[in-house]
Amino acid sequence: MEWETVIGLEIHAQLMTKSKIFSGSSTAYGAEPNTQANIVDLAMPGVLPVLNIEAVRMAAKFGLGINAPVSQRSVFARKNYFYPDLPQGYQISQFDLPIVEMGYIDIPLEDGSHKRIGITRAHLEQDAGKSLHEDFAGMTGIDLNRAGTPLLEIVSEPDMSSAKEAVAYMKKIHALVQYLEICDGNMQEGSFRCDANVSIRPKGQKELGTRTELKNINSFRFVERAINIEIARQIDIIEDGGTVVQETRLFDPNKDETRSMRSKEEANDYRYFPDPDLLPVRISDDFIEAIRDTLPELPEAKKQRFMDEFALSDYDAESMTATRALSDYYEIVAKKSGEAKLAANWIMGNLSAALNKEDKDIIDSPISADMLAGMIKRISDNTISGKIAKDVFEAMWNGEGNADTVIENKGLKQITDSGAIETMIDDIIANNQAQVEEFQAGKEKVLGFLVGQVMKASKGKANPAQVNQLLRAKLKD
Amino acid sequence: MHNKSLSELASDLKSSAYSSVELTQYFLDRIHQHQPSLNAFITIMDEQALAMAKVADEQIATGSAGALTGIPMAHKDIFCTDGVRTSAGSKMLDNFIAPYNATVVEKLNAAGMPILGKTNMDEFAMGSSNENSFYGRVKNPWDLERVPGGSSGGSATAVAARLAPVATGTDTGGSIRQPASLTGITGIKPTYGRVSRFGMIAYASSLDQGGVFGTSATDCALVLEAMSGFDEKDSTSSEQAVGDFSATLNNSLQGLKIGLPKEYFKEGLDSGVAKVIDEAIAEYKKMGAEIIEISLPNSHLAIPAYYVIAPAECSSNLSRLDGVRYGYRCENPENLQDHYMRSRGEAFGNEVKRRIMVGTYALSAGYYDAYYLKAQKIRRLISEDFKQAFEKVDVIMGPVAPNTAFKIGEKSDDPISMYLSDIYTIAVNLAGLPGMSIPAGQADNLPVGLQLIGNYFDEAKMLNIAHQYQQVTNHHQQMPTAFESTASNKGEA
Repeated sequence: MEWETVIGLEIHAQLMTKSKIFSGSSTAYGAEPNTQANIVDLAMPGVLPVLNIEAVRMAAKFGLGINAPVSQRSVFARKNYFYPDLPQGYQISQFDLPIVEMGYIDIPLEDGSHKRIGITRAHLEQDAGKSLHEDFAGMTGIDLNRAGTPLLEIVSEPDMSSAKEAVAYMKKIHALVQYLEICDGNMQEGSFRCDANVSIRPKGQKELGTRTELKNINSFRFVERAINIEIARQIDIIEDGGTVVQETRLFDPNKDETRSMRSKEEANDYRYFPDPDLLPVRISDDFIEAIRDTLPELPEAKKQRFMDEFALSDYDAESMTATRALSDYYEIVAKKSGEAKLAANWIMGNLSAALNKEDKDIIDSPISADMLAGMIKRISDNTISGKIAKDVFEAMWNGEGNADTVIENKGLKQITDSGAIETMIDDIIANNQAQVEEFQAGKEKVLGFLVGQVMKASKGKANPAQVNQLLRAKLKD
Repeated sequence: MHNKSLSELASDLKSSAYSSVELTQYFLDRIHQHQPSLNAFITIMDEQALAMAKVADEQIATGSAGALTGIPMAHKDIFCTDGVRTSAGSKMLDNFIAPYNATVVEKLNAAGMPILGKTNMDEFAMGSSNENSFYGRVKNPWDLERVPGGSSGGSATAVAARLAPVATGTDTGGSIRQPASLTGITGIKPTYGRVSRFGMIAYASSLDQGGVFGTSATDCALVLEAMSGFDEKDSTSSEQAVGDFSATLNNSLQGLKIGLPKEYFKEGLDSGVAKVIDEAIAEYKKMGAEIIEISLPNSHLAIPAYYVIAPAECSSNLSRLDGVRYGYRCENPENLQDHYMRSRGEAFGNEVKRRIMVGTYALSAGYYDAYYLKAQKIRRLISEDFKQAFEKVDVIMGPVAPNTAFKIGEKSDDPISMYLSDIYTIAVNLAGLPGMSIPAGQADNLPVGLQLIGNYFDEAKMLNIAHQYQQVTNHHQQMPTAFESTASNKGEA
């Protein structure tokens, strides 16, 4: 039977507010345990939450970023459950009236087309603390520094039909929150986390199959792997005549498997009800308009501008706006080098390969945008060939200075003196008579071989176009 | 000294008739003297009270004293006091030393009022008789066999027996007005949001409101004004300006429209209580007030709605009491589940457990709409009843409680009958209105309170209405004779 996959994602983005969502404690990462937990975070008897308006502003920004109406009235609700790292015994979240509802984002597909993914809602809530099970023999340590950090939970529609689409969606949201400067996107520190709801159904069937929720898939790679493993598991179960159980499953990247955490029956009844300590959040049109005025250029707009301004293809423009840092980098290289297409090629090619290899982010690139622009300029003014540029690139990556320094120190300047090139060509013609004859007999292909020989003789420094032209002229003689 | 008004005490302090240290010591002596018989206090703060009195004396000496500087008072043990045990009457918090001051405490400290101690109360303010305290029952000074009402029974008893000139209380369903009525003193619960709830241990957040007990409306006016005001730490506190509660105390009541809800005078109301209320209304008539019969048709729904909403909120509010960060923790838990079950099971009393269970049930999936949402709808209907009434009248009057103080143990095995003692007070909390109880006489030698219900933020008007009554009557000056003696006469109780 042919199966169809249905995937929905829940993304938790930690908002970059300076203080917590309901208390004045700092949200900075990495402090000594429990040094950033005040009486409100500790849920002392008698304390009350007070909403940090900055978190509301950031959530509203997100709403504008996904083309969603921002709710004029949203309500905080208590999600009740006991756990030692949840000091209040409930999490303040939003339930039936979230701050953002009904948005969407378009994701690129592999065939170059786009797919619109619905975003059901995005709501504000407070994060829990951390339970530390290691380091304390027979005991559990509790660190409440993270307790009360603002989160935006972004819930998609079940609109994705493959792990690849899920990753593309997650990347789009990841880029958007960073464009909006509402989340640092740091997945290692847990600032951007993801759960996936996965189900399968026979192709063409309307109703959804039983879904499982996958936890602990906090990297793009894990999301793809975990979902594919889970799809295969579900297909195996059903094809063996079994049924999928609705449950929460944990992805184990070491064993490459998902395993059951808790079933639906074991799930908590969270007894949501409106938090009586907090008033409903009322947002005026003026508030929204003031935020709209401060919005940075969003990925879609930037992509369009890159297509218009730099004549990039849809695909290139999509790639160059994948993250805010990348788009900023690209724009500098394109403008300073004056070679927009070449800039995109170098960034998508050598630069991204080098970054991937060393698991580096573009902001940590040893080759700055200025340096890359400088190198591309030397290609376009024929100081070096594209081939030599690869050596220059590598030298710059290894910290040997900017392009001009490398070209100078290594003597990589292209030979453009036609006299010198003609001498080399004469040599090659004299030593390859058989090939010359073949060419003259009409075998065009052989020209490439001869050009290659000249380039080799020049140690790559001759201008290939010039060689081509001079060689052709000589052979006609 | 214990029969003087706050303004008399303030003027004595200013004229150096006695110092704040002497005045404070005088009340501490009375507290110690009567603690064995009344059990009004959970913690008596001799040292801190005298230290605060000393500071107050310095302020008086330098002329920087305010209207309340140097006058000692007591706080219900539900208000957090920095460095002092704040138990809420529960074994759960018996070892809890609050690391901060409630806003109410902060404001009254700033007003220069030494804290004599923390008063006894029903555990987490759940109760109408003060029989639910981990620290034992509080006795009614008018009859030691009887309850003082609850949950602020300790504060009411302390003021009624003149162990403290004034005391704070909290009122979620009548916990200031009912004990004020049963102990013959003046008590006011202001509009929801008038007094900050920050640092006031939550029972039912949407209903809880701090207030004050005193022996007169004038005393209550002074202290309530000092307690009130917007607090950025409490999102539900009101930004409305507080105003001067004492300035209008002497306004005439000529033409005042008093509404009497017919539902408050039906069966269930003790005839002796009804007679006292009738006489009080007659007194107001004499002062030029117009009496208008009104109807609050949804009154009978107040108790059922309250006993869904309050337990629902408390079931969540009390979740933080898990023995993890502070409070009671059971011995040698086997695992996390065992830790939770035994810590909470061993530390909470029966009434608290009952309400947590009721509230948990009411919020559960499948029951939420039938209970919690329906109760919220009733709540809106009740508010609407009052809104329509206040289009016709300036103030609503009626009994505070259907009976006078009942015998200890009389209702403790019958929660429903206990819940019914709040039948006239609960609707006020559901609507968020201000309510007050003033002594109006006695029935069978026990005090009876008259309830005043005002429109939102009409505290000044209510205090004016109460004060005018106290100008022409002396019920508020009555005190139980057994406690008239001074500290030199030890052990009479």
